[in-house]
Amino acid sequence: MARLSARDLTLQYEQRRVIEGLRTEIPEGKVTMIVGANGCGKSTLLRGLSRLLRPAAGAVTLDGKDIHSRPAKELARTLGLLPQQPTAPDGITVRDLVGRGRYPHQGFFRNWSHGDSSPHDLAVRNALDATATTELADRNVDELSGGQRQRVWIAMALAQETEVLLLDEPTTYLDLAHQVEVLDLVTDLNRRRGTTVAIVLHDLNLAARYADHVIAMKDGAVVAEGTGIDVITEELVRTVFGLESRVVPDPVSGTPLIVPIGRHHYPAPQATETTKPALEIAS
Amino acid sequence: MSRTVERAIVEPERTVGALKTAEKGPQLYVRAERAAKGLNRTWLLAAAVVVLFVASILLGSYTVTVPDFVTIVTAHLTGGEKIPGASFIVMETKLPRATMGLMIGVAFGLSGALFQTMLRNPLASPDVIGISNGASASAVLAIVVFGASGAAVSVAALFGALTVALLIYLISRGGSLRGAGGRNGNAAGNRLVLAGIGIAAALGALVSFLMTRADIRTAAEALIWLNGSLNPATWERIGVLLLALAVLLPFTAALAKPLRLLELGDDTAAGLGVRVGAVRLGLVLTAVALAAVATAAAGPVSFVAFLAGPIARRVTGKPSLPASALTGAVIVLAADYFAYNLAPLLLDATVLPVGVVTGALGAPFLLWLLATSNRKDA
Amino acid sequence: MTASTTAASSGERERTLEAPKSAKTGPQLYVRAEVRARKGKQPAWLLAAVVVLALACGASLAVGARAIPLGTVLDALVHFNAADGNHAVVHARIPRTVLGLLAGGALGLAGAAMQGVARNPLADPGIMGVNAGAALAVVGGIYLFGITGLSGYIWFAFVGAAAAAAIVYLLASLGRDGATPVKLALAGAALSAGLYSLMNVVLVSSQDTLDRFRFWQVGSVAGRDWSVILPALPFLAVGALIVLLSGRILNGLALGDDLARGLGQRVGLSRGIVALGVVLLCGSATALAGPIAFLGLVIPHAVRFFTGPDYRWILPFSLVLAPALLLASDVVGRVVLLPGEVPAGIMTAILGAPVFVWLVRRGKGASL
Ligand SMILES: Nc1ncnc2c1ncn2[C@@H]1O[C@H](COP(=O)(O)OP(=O)(O)OP(=O)(O)O)[C@@H](O)[C@H]1O
Ligand SMILES: [Mg+2]
Repeated sequence: MARLSARDLTLQYEQRRVIEGLRTEIPEGKVTMIVGANGCGKSTLLRGLSRLLRPAAGAVTLDGKDIHSRPAKELARTLGLLPQQPTAPDGITVRDLVGRGRYPHQGFFRNWSHGDSSPHDLAVRNALDATATTELADRNVDELSGGQRQRVWIAMALAQETEVLLLDEPTTYLDLAHQVEVLDLVTDLNRRRGTTVAIVLHDLNLAARYADHVIAMKDGAVVAEGTGIDVITEELVRTVFGLESRVVPDPVSGTPLIVPIGRHHYPAPQATETTKPALEIAS
Repeated sequence: MSRTVERAIVEPERTVGALKTAEKGPQLYVRAERAAKGLNRTWLLAAAVVVLFVASILLGSYTVTVPDFVTIVTAHLTGGEKIPGASFIVMETKLPRATMGLMIGVAFGLSGALFQTMLRNPLASPDVIGISNGASASAVLAIVVFGASGAAVSVAALFGALTVALLIYLISRGGSLRGAGGRNGNAAGNRLVLAGIGIAAALGALVSFLMTRADIRTAAEALIWLNGSLNPATWERIGVLLLALAVLLPFTAALAKPLRLLELGDDTAAGLGVRVGAVRLGLVLTAVALAAVATAAAGPVSFVAFLAGPIARRVTGKPSLPASALTGAVIVLAADYFAYNLAPLLLDATVLPVGVVTGALGAPFLLWLLATSNRKDA
Repeated sequence: MTASTTAASSGERERTLEAPKSAKTGPQLYVRAEVRARKGKQPAWLLAAVVVLALACGASLAVGARAIPLGTVLDALVHFNAADGNHAVVHARIPRTVLGLLAGGALGLAGAAMQGVARNPLADPGIMGVNAGAALAVVGGIYLFGITGLSGYIWFAFVGAAAAAAIVYLLASLGRDGATPVKLALAGAALSAGLYSLMNVVLVSSQDTLDRFRFWQVGSVAGRDWSVILPALPFLAVGALIVLLSGRILNGLALGDDLARGLGQRVGLSRGIVALGVVLLCGSATALAGPIAFLGLVIPHAVRFFTGPDYRWILPFSLVLAPALLLASDVVGRVVLLPGEVPAGIMTAILGAPVFVWLVRRGKGASL
């Protein structure tokens, strides 16, 4: 079952066509990871899936209905997006920024200010809590560290309380502990509330570990999709990233763990066969 | 590069276990203080508007006592007996002047703040991006070439402002106005600003040229209009202005919320359910209409639209539309008090047009705020 | 934007082993080719611009109430014959042409540099308060000292412009981070607002002053002789030198203060030096020709459509194209309203605006 699916989707900027005739589905109630090289069109796909880009051809449907046929605010109550490079206005406080995530839930006349027990305030507090940013709530966003800022943006997306959540590289700028924390958090969200999540992630190991479903992209097309174990292989890493690697089982979760090779290291002797081309080119 | 930097600075509180224990007390204190500051200062501005409004009616070169004022107004409303002289001065000069000053101050202040926030550029007020110049060129053309005066000039100004706004909008409209383009969607905004300043420069030159072509009396008259003046304040004009504001203010209020989301970038705003293209069009229309009606009523009162937003921001500590509107009103009322009551004493009885004073009064204040503020983006 | 994409993709090429050729496809190459094409053609474009400027100079000498064939113009320049009426007319047009060259070039350069310093596409020399300062000083000169005539105005204008710019810069430098672009732009615009207001106080109360001032206000290259031009030369030369040499500095500043600092620039110092050059240039230009608002604002933007965002090219292009537009406008202004003349300041705006609007409309995201 897919809540969100793309049918023959073609996306382009002015003249430049990035994605052509793409078909894919974000399975309901699962955590989907989208992986691929820089510039292959992951962010573009997310923008298309969340109606920021109008398809040049094809359609994106949510629960069977074209997302462009629904009112913007109504869609935003169901489908949330955290863009890759959001911009914060000068001098905005963390609480104010996170509060703006409540916009689609607020009526025409309702103000931003809040009674302490309103559902909006509760949502904001929960979001701050979940991202461990409560302590930052009254500081200015421009005065935060890069990682703190990223967590605040995630809080804003959480405050939107949508059933489908699209995150574009949410772990950028985060230290390892916080990367894991964010992915744990998303998983909690998924397990407890059944939120459907799609995340663009560059860390293949974490992607493999946390994904129920993986979509691998290359040059604007989907080259593989399925479970982490099926999709993330040495072969895939080679075609998608042009990188030689070893894939071993993750000692913690059993999911694939990528060990990249690079040009200055030789793989351990027991893995001989596939190393040859890499060595030839390197020498 | 910045990524490595960020990673290198590992903060102590970031470890998973310690997440929730970090900084406590001082933060709460800051929070209460900041919230109070924003609100208090906005109320302060509102109080200033009230004080100035009352002062410009009661005080000045002709003072009126409060009981007299009450008598006069009730008499006017109930058709009762008038106080000779005082009734006329209050009802036909002082009250309409102050009322119109209040309204155009609000309109200019809002218009400027809307443009500045939407285009993310503190210079992008209607003065700068050509709307006022459109009104000026059209009005001066009417004055100098067709010998127009009074309401005809207002109509010409309104027409000029709207034509230029339409022109700028058409020029700037392109594929990416709906936010499909750059990450911040600033391409369309930039085009709008650039088209605006180009047209503003051309129209400004036209005005200067017309001034050299007119005979000196007409030129002097046009100069007064160009500076913006509350002399033409009549109840009739105020009625029209009130009608316009009654339509435009609710629009502004409705757009305020999506505008705050547009500040987060077009993508984020769209993700939150804002219809970016429609909201932007609505903002342009509202801001232009506010500037246009105010200009038609009183002329392009210089720099109110440009100064109100930045001053309000530095007074209240954050960008705020109500504070900008109030600041606009404060600037106009204070300037008119000076122009009408004090300037004649200094300049042997020349009554200055209010627009001459707005710049002279508002500018030093903004400069002072700039010089003393220590915020990064100030 | 484009530059960073290109850099990223070439970086990738080195890293990847096997799939580098397939990873990047058609569109990327196309973009890169486009940039390269633009780069390669810049000298040719610049040459074309110089030719245009030469033509404008020729026209400025030849066209007017009495039109003179180009051959005669050349003749008059090479072997001047005082007895020949045509030669005399050409000679009389030389100061005007030189002044157009100087003022135009100065304004073009200053405008380009100013946009880089203030990192704001709305910044023009006027934003430093230069025009307002000059205007107020001229009005003061007329009102208080009864100055008449251009050679009287020039010193007032220069001092007024320089003083205003200095004040703007000082005010913007106060506070914690020194003269940030936003503070500069705001301080300049605010000071201009104040100065124009003071100027209007005088103009509203003195009709005589208004009567003289309004003719200076339009900006013109006509009616100035060598005694006006010569004193401005040293200022112009120093200013032009500073600004022309600052292309790299401006390129660095365009990346933002933090990055510029990271690249080893002394941000405050370099911004101050460029600002000094700007003040010298547009102070002199305003003194020479009155406030010509349009050139400094619009030419650098127009130029960007040929050069892209590289200030090392923007500056020379602005230096050449701004006087070309000013001279061409002056020439057109001489003949459109015969027997009268439309001052160059007006014609520049009227001719330049449609071109500019067309460029804005055609360009995709015109910014810095
Ligand atoms: N606003 C835009 N206008 C034109 N082209 C764009 C725009 N945004 C992205 N592109 C191009 O579209 C392609 C896909 O970009 P996209 O941002 O989707 O990549 P991505 O997979 O998210 O990469 P990354 O991992 O670096 O974030 C790239 O070639 C990029 O240059
Ligand atoms: Mg991306």
